[in-house]
Amino acid sequence: MSVAGQAERSWVGRALKRKEDPKLITGRGNYVDDIVLPGTLYAAFVRSPEAHARIVSVDASAAMERDDVVMVATADDVDGLAGPLPMAWVPPGVEVNTPEHWPLAKGAVKHVGDPVAVVIGTDRYSVVDAADEVAVEYDPLPVVTDPEEALKDETIIHESLGTNVSHRWSLGGGDLEAGFAAADHVVERRVINHRTAGGAIETRGVLADYRGDELTIYSSTQVPHFVRLFLAILLGISQDRVRAVAPDVGGGFGSKLQMYGEEVLMAWAARKLGRPVKWIETRSENLQVTHHGRDQIADVRMGLKRDGTITAFHVKILADFGAYHMLLTPTIPSLGAFVMQGCYKMPAVQTDITGVFTNKFPTDAIRGAGRPEATHMIETVLDQAAAELGMSPIDIRRKNFIPAEEFPYETPVGVVYDSGNYHGTLDRLLERLDLDAFRREQEALRAKGIYRGVGFSTYTEICGLAPSRVTGPTGFGLQAGGWESAVVSVHTTGAVTVYTGTSPHGQGLETSFAQIVADRLGTSPDNVDVIHGDTSTGPEGLNTYGSRSLAVGGEAIARAAEKIQEKAKKIVAHQLEADPADIEVRDGKFSVKGSPDKGMTLAEVAGQAYIPLNLPEGMEPGLSETTFYDPDNFVFPFGAHAAIVDVDIETGKVDVIRYLGVDDCGPAINPKIIEGQLHGGIVHAIGQVLYERIHYDEDGQLVTGTFVDYALPSAAELPFFELDRTETPTPTNTLGVKGVGEAGTIGASAAVTNAVIDALRPLGVTWLNMPLSPARVWAAIQEARG
Amino acid sequence: MSTHTVSLTVNGEPRTIEVEPRRLLVHAIREDLGLTGTHVGCDTSNCGACTIHLDGEAVKSCTVLAVQADGSEITTIEGLGSEGNLHPVQEAFWEHHGLQCGYCTPGMIMASADLLNRNPNPTEDEVRHALEGNLCRCTGYHNIVKAVLAAAESTRAGAVS
Repeated sequence: MSVAGQAERSWVGRALKRKEDPKLITGRGNYVDDIVLPGTLYAAFVRSPEAHARIVSVDASAAMERDDVVMVATADDVDGLAGPLPMAWVPPGVEVNTPEHWPLAKGAVKHVGDPVAVVIGTDRYSVVDAADEVAVEYDPLPVVTDPEEALKDETIIHESLGTNVSHRWSLGGGDLEAGFAAADHVVERRVINHRTAGGAIETRGVLADYRGDELTIYSSTQVPHFVRLFLAILLGISQDRVRAVAPDVGGGFGSKLQMYGEEVLMAWAARKLGRPVKWIETRSENLQVTHHGRDQIADVRMGLKRDGTITAFHVKILADFGAYHMLLTPTIPSLGAFVMQGCYKMPAVQTDITGVFTNKFPTDAIRGAGRPEATHMIETVLDQAAAELGMSPIDIRRKNFIPAEEFPYETPVGVVYDSGNYHGTLDRLLERLDLDAFRREQEALRAKGIYRGVGFSTYTEICGLAPSRVTGPTGFGLQAGGWESAVVSVHTTGAVTVYTGTSPHGQGLETSFAQIVADRLGTSPDNVDVIHGDTSTGPEGLNTYGSRSLAVGGEAIARAAEKIQEKAKKIVAHQLEADPADIEVRDGKFSVKGSPDKGMTLAEVAGQAYIPLNLPEGMEPGLSETTFYDPDNFVFPFGAHAAIVDVDIETGKVDVIRYLGVDDCGPAINPKIIEGQLHGGIVHAIGQVLYERIHYDEDGQLVTGTFVDYALPSAAELPFFELDRTETPTPTNTLGVKGVGEAGTIGASAAVTNAVIDALRPLGVTWLNMPLSPARVWAAIQEARG
Repeated sequence: MSTHTVSLTVNGEPRTIEVEPRRLLVHAIREDLGLTGTHVGCDTSNCGACTIHLDGEAVKSCTVLAVQADGSEITTIEGLGSEGNLHPVQEAFWEHHGLQCGYCTPGMIMASADLLNRNPNPTEDEVRHALEGNLCRCTGYHNIVKAVLAAAESTRAGAVS
């Protein structure tokens, strides 16, 4: 990359190669397990094989006799904790039953994998042996894994609560009764969105080091600032003496948006023992005790006029929260309720949520968090309505789209959609997919016994967490805000360091952020170093999740860079005896309008900025600016997707043979990175539809506890994707950008499911719930055929 | 536990380590040899993050005991190419955005390089099946497959010129 000859073009909008990559492709990354501190001890956990049991006794004597074991701790030994693990976000206006959740189980275990003891020793192999030698006697209790059974309260999981119900919460707008009364046709379906895993290829890992009254914790986390805050509170250490570092993090997908007990215990043990302590999660542990996602049963009713106009939409969700509340558990289904009308006009819409405890690991945010579930309900049930009304899936969508000219659009629940052009993305999609030709091909193939189907999904979602006025204490009850911080510093040589309070872990933000800054400072992205993920390097931050990092964090950086640009213009004007209003950033320089030869490079400006005598009277020296940016609204990306699948009706096996998407996340900063986010997002959903399932049997045993049984999709199962974009800016931020990290996942599951149903309609299959495993599809075909 | 002496040629350099007989090769590479570019992503040999070349062939180093590798030649991601002197597969992964978080990437690159050693002119389908044993959660494989096909093409072009 060079500035010469490029400067007329902005860096923003270009598909630059990523700054992050050279170290990662040569094996020079720095993930938690790559960090070695002298004298490090290793930890292994003794975990419950029972889903629900009283702990009768723990005998660690054999383990403690080993030379290579330093400590075995149970809950009774973990002293000095200020409280249990945190739960930080509840839906407003309701009491949420929250059981105590400790890093090590106290008295009873509530799910398979609940940790009973931690073994710490000098060798990473031998601590595993030692953990096997800890004898725990359990007194098994009745187990409940079915959320509808749990609702009956026949088996109570937390006696202190007296019920398995966490809470009930509703969000609605418009007159639901009148809406259904006005309907000519009502569609009712039970939509099951099964439990899944985040599946980051790097499992969790923690290395804690306590010395000189300061705690440093390296964790494979999305949220180092939250980890610092909660460790400071729980361990009673002043926050300025806790440093949390998220080094290179091998994917998160929501599963590392958490304050995990293992993080607390490693920090506690490092302080207790005066030595660094490391724990690296195994994959079996990861599937067992890294939070899961989805797991909702929804009874969905949609009322429509004969012409396909939606009159009312009512969703009753039973959310299986598992055994405890973790950081955001009770709020995840509510995030779907914000956008329960999708892209469509709905005069009345209501979401009723009941959350229930079961003897499984907790659910929390996994890529999309509540919005994939909502979108799947809307988009599959709308297809059902189309079929029952004899309409095409395209026509019924177009009939109900919120038209482009009606944005900003306030929905009946009070959410304001920022911008959208839903016909635009669908038009573009259909330019790439000749539906009439497909229908002819489909029929011809069927004559040969090939069952091919097409399915559509047109989605919008809510992301860019978040405006504090909505999410904060007076709004949605989050005891925090939704802002993000940024620091942009130009050093004396003109080199630029950007600090962001976000914590990217694969999203390419070092590159995107550098592009944003380079344009504003007349420099090249190569000259801009973006640092993140270390709480000691900048102000408070709110980390990376909810597709917020560009729309909130990127905007904060843009604003800090604009402040620097303003100051630089004043310095240049002072030096060149010009009016600051006449200085522009052009050709990699700050130059005088109309006199492009008169100007200064960023390095020249920076050199002056640190010499007070050369600055305008009264100007502070330096060239560094900090911004805290709190948006006025969320952002609402949208898109139109189509999946084409072949179903082998002899085996039930589904193959995705084509996948098309037209997405709109506003103007691109780096189109290559947007595409990458969409590819991964779409495959995350395809994985859920066809292959992946966290499955517990009725005894609460995790059946899919390794990558042998929990089947992530591989390259062999997938086609190339055919993606395109439109660009509708959001008025929410000056960049016009919306998040795109979750959009693919949110849009895709309904497209694939609808495609399978479309393929099988001629056989009489009219409805299917995920996962569309060969066994389930085959059974549906057999049932339909009688 | 008793230890065994294992002699290896690692990225062209002779190395000798003392290991327990049960020590996995991947841990020997990461911890005894200090080459942390090779990663561990599962316990069941499904994910392929630990893929290296053992005597010129891709293996999952979590499935080999270090003692079994005695006398072998090993190439890890660090030995495949370096900044400024990238292997065509590394170059193509960068050019085509074939990685996001980077965790599966070393294994993915080693498996891809092995494929191109065996089959310099693979079809899309052959690439996809060759990488079946390497899991990625970030990319949806689109850009990985594109990168491998591009690396094959650039290698062939280089061979001709």
